[in-house]
Amino acid sequence: MVAAVNASTTLAPPSRDGRTLHRFANPGQFLRLTGWLLPWLTAVALICTGTGLLWGLFWAPADHEQLDAVRIMYVHVPAAWTALTGYLLLAVCSVVSLVWRHPLADVAAVEIGPVGAAFTVLCLGSGSLWGRPMWGTWWAWDARMTSMLVLFFLYLGHVALVRAFDDLERGYRAGAILALVGAVDLPIIKFSVDWWNTLHQPASITFTGASSLYVGMLWPLLLAATGFYFGFATLVLARTRAALMERRLRTLLLARAQEAA
Amino acid sequence: MTHLPYIVGAYGMAVALGGWFAVAAWLRTRRARRRLAAIDPRTRR
Repeated sequence: MVAAVNASTTLAPPSRDGRTLHRFANPGQFLRLTGWLLPWLTAVALICTGTGLLWGLFWAPADHEQLDAVRIMYVHVPAAWTALTGYLLLAVCSVVSLVWRHPLADVAAVEIGPVGAAFTVLCLGSGSLWGRPMWGTWWAWDARMTSMLVLFFLYLGHVALVRAFDDLERGYRAGAILALVGAVDLPIIKFSVDWWNTLHQPASITFTGASSLYVGMLWPLLLAATGFYFGFATLVLARTRAALMERRLRTLLLARAQEAA
Repeated sequence: MTHLPYIVGAYGMAVALGGWFAVAAWLRTRRARRRLAAIDPRTRR
């Protein structure tokens, strides 16, 4: 807790503290809030993911065409949704970073990258495991799959770019620009199954219309997706906390070195 | 259950990736907290 308070000196909040977005730039405040929040987020993530995946694995009905291979959907679809939402968050952090120079947005963006890449790998890997028995191939250069692979490379590009500069700020700016340019891939992924004649099936669940998915399959899917979202938030917040503490550590070590010199 | 190896592979990948990232984040936080405590005595309070 004290570390949290001390960390506030590393990234000083701007003077308009309390009234704007910048009040959340105080790392001490962020660490205190997330220290309280993380156990709850972890619990919800574990309960929802565990229940959703077990429900999907053992109690949800098999599909009349896909048989039990349909159970891979309970991993694949939530992973895809989370990977897409994660990139959207990365783009939002990039806007906040470029427009308001919000220091926490930079740190959060750096930590979103690897977690988002992992969810994308999970989506691609589970899709491949489903494709082998259903389509007879591990991979097809289909519009949906290819655009999802591009998303994975965008995540990797962001991870590499923000770490490629000696000057952290330059790395953050370059990463933010890449994230914003790459955001064009999100609508392409979403609408790829409508715009092109793809092997990948169109969406079964929409925000506006009724779901074509049987309700006994829909509930475990939504539960697993909720768990994945909470899991993503938990991992990103935990990594952001660690990154802030490491920043504080570097600042202290630098101050000591300057004192000694 | 049909297609069991594929299903186990997909679920196993989810558990392995989630577990890996969770453990890595926890270890990273613990290491940073310990190093901070070693450098700055105020953090021990």
